[in-house]
Amino acid sequence: MLGLNSRDFRLFLIVCALCLFAPIILNPFPVASSLGESFNAGYPALMQRFVIFGLLVIGFNILFGLTGYLSFGHAAFLGVGSFAAVWMFKLLSYNVVPAIILSVIVAGLFSVVIGYVALRRSGIYFSILTLAFAQMMYSIAFSDLVGKLFGTIVTNGETGLQVYNDDPQILLGQGDPTVPHLFGLEMNSAYTWKIGGWEFVFQNGYYLSALFMVLGFYLSIRIFRSPFGMMLRAIKSNQTRMSYTGLDTKPYMLAAFVISGMYAGLAGGLLAAMDPLTGAERMFWTASGEIVVMAILGGVGTLVGPVLGAGVIKYLENIVSKINDSILHNWFAFMPDWMDNLLVTIIHPFIGKGWHLTLGLLFMAVVIFLPGGLMQLGEKFTALFRRKKTDDAKTGATNPAE
Amino acid sequence: MGILEVKGINKRFGGLQALGDVNLSVAENTVHAIIGPNGAGKSTLLNVLVGKLIPDSGSVMFDGQSVLGRKPHEINQMGISRVFQTPEIFSDLSVFENVMIPCFAKRDGAFRMHAIESTHHEKDIAEQAMAILEDVNMADKRNMIASAMSRGDKRRLEMAMCLVQDPRLLLLDEPTAGMARADTENTIQLLKDIRAKRGITMAIIEHDMNVVFSLAERITVLAQGTPLVEDTPENIKGHPKVREAYLGEAQV
Repeated sequence: MLGLNSRDFRLFLIVCALCLFAPIILNPFPVASSLGESFNAGYPALMQRFVIFGLLVIGFNILFGLTGYLSFGHAAFLGVGSFAAVWMFKLLSYNVVPAIILSVIVAGLFSVVIGYVALRRSGIYFSILTLAFAQMMYSIAFSDLVGKLFGTIVTNGETGLQVYNDDPQILLGQGDPTVPHLFGLEMNSAYTWKIGGWEFVFQNGYYLSALFMVLGFYLSIRIFRSPFGMMLRAIKSNQTRMSYTGLDTKPYMLAAFVISGMYAGLAGGLLAAMDPLTGAERMFWTASGEIVVMAILGGVGTLVGPVLGAGVIKYLENIVSKINDSILHNWFAFMPDWMDNLLVTIIHPFIGKGWHLTLGLLFMAVVIFLPGGLMQLGEKFTALFRRKKTDDAKTGATNPAE
Repeated sequence: MGILEVKGINKRFGGLQALGDVNLSVAENTVHAIIGPNGAGKSTLLNVLVGKLIPDSGSVMFDGQSVLGRKPHEINQMGISRVFQTPEIFSDLSVFENVMIPCFAKRDGAFRMHAIESTHHEKDIAEQAMAILEDVNMADKRNMIASAMSRGDKRRLEMAMCLVQDPRLLLLDEPTAGMARADTENTIQLLKDIRAKRGITMAIIEHDMNVVFSLAERITVLAQGTPLVEDTPENIKGHPKVREAYLGEAQV
């Protein structure tokens, strides 16, 4: 179906269904319950991040997963995409279509230039080159060097770029929405479904982002299964044989780099479409590092791993950082006081601002015990299940029914 | 006029004259062996032929076209394939994918952006790949990951990858180096079969005299970067100069 084999198609359907029902799946607890307050993740701002960062890491995985080239500056393309989108809002109107299109194009152009230079080297040198480019772009954006050069505003430096009332917005008609919208469909408007103690929020912005993520996921499956994808894996495996087989590795690498840069640009454009302001910090090297961590945590080179990694990290970032000592005391209220206090003292460093500590421990555990990322956990479970099944089949065969 | 014409090649590495005025002519549809003691310049010559090294002077013509200054992938596209001393294969890919890739390179050239098409729909490529795997008796191993194979099988796979492109000249760099006796015999047989079946022109660099004398139709002896003599295997065996330079140590 859709040019996919049955296994990939099933996977694709599962991802579609998860995206469609995410507002329900991620809100398993009643709103008013203490569990709901702490663990419900089905609110639009977070769900948007799940799918947008999922999309970003899917693109990153086409480069890193297939070719093994570790780009340490991918956040630069994300930032460039965001700036391009906000500029479209400033110049044209709040319609997200031109914003998203331009963000992809601009990120593509930047990745052609950066890729062309960085791909002259491989391995660690390639990573360092991409990091250097990204940090240069961050500095330029943060101090708005380009703007200062021309006596105008391009990235608006530390303040960040946003839309002001006196911006041209030449396509803005009377009565048009003054928030990002898709031909009148406002991104931040939502339908809330209340049932019992539960509340499920279905937001336009989330569904637009999810649609793009699903499309991006579909494209990545096609690339993985194409001759082009096979060539990229061949590059990872043996570049010497590649060139002695009559294949030019450079254009293959550059194509992979630009595709993944455009994914990042799209993600940046979507971030701006959800919230029409952006700043240079989106391009900082820690943001690039986060992308790498997401990919490795989920499972490099797998189809779903990147989405999973992005989801887990965004979930931890938002959920674990929200937990504080008083919430913990609430949970442990049934225990004797000394035990309650002891537990809270132990857990304290890992919650709130300490969520990075939790992430670090999780990351270490995954890298050591599951080098294939969280996806490997799934594989191990299925292997276990299969073995049980075949064992059953064997015993069934040796003890024939009378 | 041979298919490969090497004229007056010189190559210096600092103070070392690796190749001095090398002339070589490989006739179409022959097996031409290049032998010589360690340090004779065999590997340097091979690297010049495939575009890895650029000589200081001289010319290398393949089928009337110069190969000098061209990149390895361009030289391959001209019709020269190379088998390495240690097999260079795509270790992380399956055996079948390993032979599909050269088929794509042959059909689509050095680069083609076929990112949306499914590999499974490439029936012609799959047929070609399957046929060559059957030729080298590896059809049953097609789904194996290449790195899991024995060294002998890796060598066969590499040969298959070269042969599936139907090269006009096959360069072999010590194809039996470091192999056990049985594997060496197998490789000789494989090369003989290829020769009988496809009539591919081959240039072999080899240490093992057994391999050389069972395959070669012409032999060039290199010593200290210069061709000493070029002749048929029968004449080479008894040649006093060759004995002195090289074969004196070996039992023939």
